[in-house]
Amino acid sequence: MRRVGSFFGGIYPKSAKASTAGTPIQLLAAPDTLVVSLLQHSGVEAKPVVAKGDEVLKGQLIAEAGDAISAPVHSPVSGKVVAIEPRAHQMGHSVTAIVIENDGQDTWIEKKGHSDPVQLDAKTILDRIRESGIVGMGGAGFPTAPKLTPAQGITLDYLIINGCECDPYATSDERLMIEYASDIILGAQLMAKVLGARKIVIAVEENTPEAFAALKDKAGAIEVVALPTKYPSGGERQLIQAITGREVPSGSLPQQAGVIVINVATARAVALALRDGEPSISRVVTVAGKPIAQPQNFMVPIGTPLEHLVEAAGGFSQIPRKVVVGGVLMGGAQFDLQAPVIKTTTCMIALGEAESVTPDSSPCIKCARCVDVCPAQLLPLKLEAFGMNERFDDAREYGALDCIECGACVYICPAKRPLLQYIRFAKMEIIAREKTPS
Amino acid sequence: MDDLKLIVAPSPHIRDNDTTEKAMFTMLVALLPVLAASIYFFRMDAIRLVLLSGAGAVATEAIFQRLRKQPIRVGDGSALVTGVLLGLIVPASLPSWMVILGSVFAISIGKQFFGGLGQNPFNPALVGRAILSVSFVAAMTSWTPPIDVFTSATPLALREGAASIPDLFFGSVAGSLGETSALAILLGGIYLFYKGYLDYKIPLGIFVSVVAMALFTGQSPLFHLLSGSVLFGAVFMAVDPVTSPITKAGRWVFGLGIGLIIMLIRTWGSHPEGTMYAILLMNAATPLINRWTRPRIYGQGVKTSE
Repeated sequence: MRRVGSFFGGIYPKSAKASTAGTPIQLLAAPDTLVVSLLQHSGVEAKPVVAKGDEVLKGQLIAEAGDAISAPVHSPVSGKVVAIEPRAHQMGHSVTAIVIENDGQDTWIEKKGHSDPVQLDAKTILDRIRESGIVGMGGAGFPTAPKLTPAQGITLDYLIINGCECDPYATSDERLMIEYASDIILGAQLMAKVLGARKIVIAVEENTPEAFAALKDKAGAIEVVALPTKYPSGGERQLIQAITGREVPSGSLPQQAGVIVINVATARAVALALRDGEPSISRVVTVAGKPIAQPQNFMVPIGTPLEHLVEAAGGFSQIPRKVVVGGVLMGGAQFDLQAPVIKTTTCMIALGEAESVTPDSSPCIKCARCVDVCPAQLLPLKLEAFGMNERFDDAREYGALDCIECGACVYICPAKRPLLQYIRFAKMEIIAREKTPS
Repeated sequence: MDDLKLIVAPSPHIRDNDTTEKAMFTMLVALLPVLAASIYFFRMDAIRLVLLSGAGAVATEAIFQRLRKQPIRVGDGSALVTGVLLGLIVPASLPSWMVILGSVFAISIGKQFFGGLGQNPFNPALVGRAILSVSFVAAMTSWTPPIDVFTSATPLALREGAASIPDLFFGSVAGSLGETSALAILLGGIYLFYKGYLDYKIPLGIFVSVVAMALFTGQSPLFHLLSGSVLFGAVFMAVDPVTSPITKAGRWVFGLGIGLIIMLIRTWGSHPEGTMYAILLMNAATPLINRWTRPRIYGQGVKTSE
């Protein structure tokens, strides 16, 4: 096997995957009411094409893409649209959602699959991906069709399928790779055809040997590599550096480095769309953390409220003080568990009292551990000071905009400083100032 | 589930369990072999000086934090570390009031005047020692021999041949309390390294340039490494995070620079020892070193594929 490289910095948080990694994915029946958000992707909200009172079938288009960077939304069940109104969303504010009452019949639309989709031409595959509402399922949610349509003049030579699930709790991708390896391979082949990419590499972390073996078994000519377990190996720019030795130019998209990175769950969604004619209406979600009675992975219909997942996992065995969606290093803390699962919901982690309280910070002693772990090679302690003192020009000069917000600096800081908060603040100010010419 | 009171805070939601207090406590543990060696060689004087210096530093820190209306944070151990370090780098015969004065200067002028923990440009223990050195020249250069030994000038003052390498290694030579036993210092250094609190680049940089300069000027590299304050300075003083560079390349520059200045002073200067001034000078250069050794940011200076 080819020796794979590494990326700058990184941290080694203690793995908490054991509670869910060994158990097969459990299919979770859809609840009586589903809240299908119109914003499940980065970009513009989808536009509803159904009205309150309409009967819908499973897999039916219920909202179309709002713009070029957007994605359509499909009904995860058959039933009736009972409301189109603002509902709680994982991002913390309310977002319009199509609320569907499940009729329990699971009556599908007519599925247009293809027994050997690799025979289809590139344009047909791309159109089908776009129509199926597929977005990046690793967390960022960038619509997949525009991602597979690089700018003019760009030669892509790599398609990297990202199975590096570096969050300490999440195992949804790991289980998916073990149980649906051939779907992932098919999805990779279909996307490589769209891109004309010469080389497909599937990357996993060394701590998922079973997933590695499962993929390797089905991979054929596709290369499967295992990267040393280090956070944030699943970061797009870090993965590109480790596998190709290239860096994505500052301020550019990965395609500028000749590489497209696609998450394994997205690859499977592509396979389902083309082979089975099923749009993106379900995903695997890890439900874990100390307060969860029976941590496990569920195959969940999109639109299932988070609290329904908690119940399915046996409820809370102790009082949670924090519930995080999308991983404990980069995910968002929730205050309303009525928010639904969306296409990007990789995991839901509950944390107990001791893990939830933000520790008091003390003065920076310039130990520079944040510098050592920063995968972007920034000086987080300097950026924090610039942010705090509102020295935004200096923050820009020191690369604030190159911060990928992985949180490694905050994780490692012995003084428990809010480094990333001030860097985010500086980034927001820099971007706001550049938009409004003075 | 409606009655849950969930905390909402920005990511990340987990943190490493290391703290500033642990770093300081580990430093104190690493100083135990040195403390043991100095008690063995200098008996009560070692205990007296280290205790008084430590107490003076902690008290000064508390008073200043009170005056500056800041939370009293002496529990973090940083002032105690400064005090203990100062106690270990003075001659055994130093009068008690002098070492107390030194610890007061170290924390006040050396640290609190600049804004307290993390803000001082110079190593506070060395500031304390520098002030004592210029204020009480005689007391600060009156070297008591360790028990059972009959030399009284330091080997460095007498130059090569004044002490055997084994004596220098185990510490039965005249010198500052904690600086005489290379063995004890190395034990502490290895412990710090093992615990992840010591970046090898700085001490290694110092050793490399001391050895190189010694060879270049035709002196004994081993003698220069083991005598005087080089080892203690490299392992416990130069690696002070607050006053050393934050970049990896900068730490090499910093270490190499300290070794170079030590040997310049020792070989051509008017002082027999130069470690203290070498570290203080490189402390002053640290902001500049940081600026000149900024790592290339990921993706910057990389061409797009167009």
